[in-house]
Amino acid sequence: MSAGRFGGAAGLAASVRGGETTAAASVEAAFERIRAADGLHAFLSLREEAARSEAAEVDRRVARGSGADLPLAGVPVAVKDNIAVAGGPTTCGSRLLETFVPPFDATAIARLREAGAIVVGKTNLDEFAMGSSTENSAFGPTRNPHDPTRVAGGSSGGSVAAVAAGCVPLGLGSETGGSVRQPAAFCGAVGVKPTYGRVSRFGLVAFGSSLDQIGTIGRTVEDAALVLSVVAGSDPRDSTSSPEPVGELAAGLEDREPAGLRIGWPAEYFGEGLDPAILAACEEARDRLADGGAEIVDVSLPHSPYGIAVYYTVAIAEASSNLARYDGVRYGLRVPAGDLSSMYLKTRAAFGAELKRRIMLGTYVLSAGYYEAFYGKGTAVRARIRGDFERAFEQVDAILSPTTPTPAFPIGEKADDPLAMYLNDIYTVSANLAGIPAISLPWGRTPATVDRPALPIGIQLMGPDFLERRLFEIGRFLELQAPTE
Amino acid sequence: MSVSSEDVRHIARLARLDLTAEEVERFRHELSTILAYVEQLDEVEAGHAAEPASPDQPLRADDVVPWPDLGSLLDAVPDLVAGYFRVPRVIE
Repeated sequence: MSAGRFGGAAGLAASVRGGETTAAASVEAAFERIRAADGLHAFLSLREEAARSEAAEVDRRVARGSGADLPLAGVPVAVKDNIAVAGGPTTCGSRLLETFVPPFDATAIARLREAGAIVVGKTNLDEFAMGSSTENSAFGPTRNPHDPTRVAGGSSGGSVAAVAAGCVPLGLGSETGGSVRQPAAFCGAVGVKPTYGRVSRFGLVAFGSSLDQIGTIGRTVEDAALVLSVVAGSDPRDSTSSPEPVGELAAGLEDREPAGLRIGWPAEYFGEGLDPAILAACEEARDRLADGGAEIVDVSLPHSPYGIAVYYTVAIAEASSNLARYDGVRYGLRVPAGDLSSMYLKTRAAFGAELKRRIMLGTYVLSAGYYEAFYGKGTAVRARIRGDFERAFEQVDAILSPTTPTPAFPIGEKADDPLAMYLNDIYTVSANLAGIPAISLPWGRTPATVDRPALPIGIQLMGPDFLERRLFEIGRFLELQAPTE
Repeated sequence: MSVSSEDVRHIARLARLDLTAEEVERFRHELSTILAYVEQLDEVEAGHAAEPASPDQPLRADDVVPWPDLGSLLDAVPDLVAGYFRVPRVIE
């Protein structure tokens, strides 16, 4: 699990471009590591043949001398199985799409290919990205690389576990309420939730369309930033993608010292239910920033405690609408029946329990008589959450908080208590509701006790719209200060 | 917030979900618990008018761009006959 196995994605790509190694060798090594880590169940499918042929093409381009414009030359990438990669399965962890093969690449995937990256496989997730543990996958849970009896987190648990276990240096996931940052915290990786609109959602299977965003995963801040710089940017195929210029996101992150920065410390994120070791980690990170010259400023985000309640009106309402398309007619599973209505019912019976729960909740909050009370109210409070951040960012450059209230929990522990599972996302959902960028990075581990081994801790930085680079600069500083294992 | 079994069956019909008796009972309990949690939003004086997530909702020109390979999309159709989506009879 050492971070130095590849010298990072940037180093690996430079070695491929420079001819010191090849894309073919890089991909073979990735498949070997993936096989060795098979017990984690991080991957749902591998693209061995396609990846080898794409690697050979990268090597030919390098040999022809045209490798200079390949920032991810030969870098293997794990992709969450709700992002379309042409010609192979995109199951969304669901029986409904078990045999679905998209005929097109998501825009993010097309951009990875142009950059010379090689998608080696599709990774496990909670069904349609709905969950916080990857236990809701129709194909079985992903295990935490630090303790296989514990969850990897979710919903992007497969991509994060693959990166944290050293199978690949980079991963793509998706976020609706923390689905990249929460598993990154649980597994000890860097997870990025970009600003809403930063990355095209074309080819990302829809969950909550006003929240969904493709996120990036690496073992270092620089790697996670580098892959974001490749996939980010406007796209005519997604009208919610932003025309905001991407700029340089990954180079020279160390040049910015924290002196002069104002870092917000939000009281609402350090209350009841926070594991003491995670509080201590945040305090340590805060003190290192202060030592580096940053000013620590108390800020208030008074509506953040309502984040989960807002999320479970807005996200589920959008989910129930988006999932209406799985009717057995145009693509995906069809269970034949004598009449159309029975065909819908029998086909949709293949949704797992959490999907049915969310479809039911979403349909309820959108139904006559409840729309204003639940959905209307949810969107109104959502605007207050965004307002809290806008006011805070008048005072500070970034906000520091925990990513999760606890470290990774045992598989099965929250399976029968959906509300307890939802509350795991209490520190992450607000960034999605507000649309702002956020990043989780590892900061040491919890002390080992008789009940649990030492487990990774994630700390979170949140920033104003489109200022991902600022988060990467602060994150890089903290990464160098973080306790080493 | 208390959700009745009849509410659950009504919502399931709207959502085209066929629930077993056991699922109706389970969802009655779970929906009641989760909606009771959501009701804490009433503490916030923010009104009930739905607001857009972002005031900035850009529009694009409605230009037709043909898909390069229609056949590849139709390959995913569960029951395709002569270019048509075949479904069970709707009207007797």
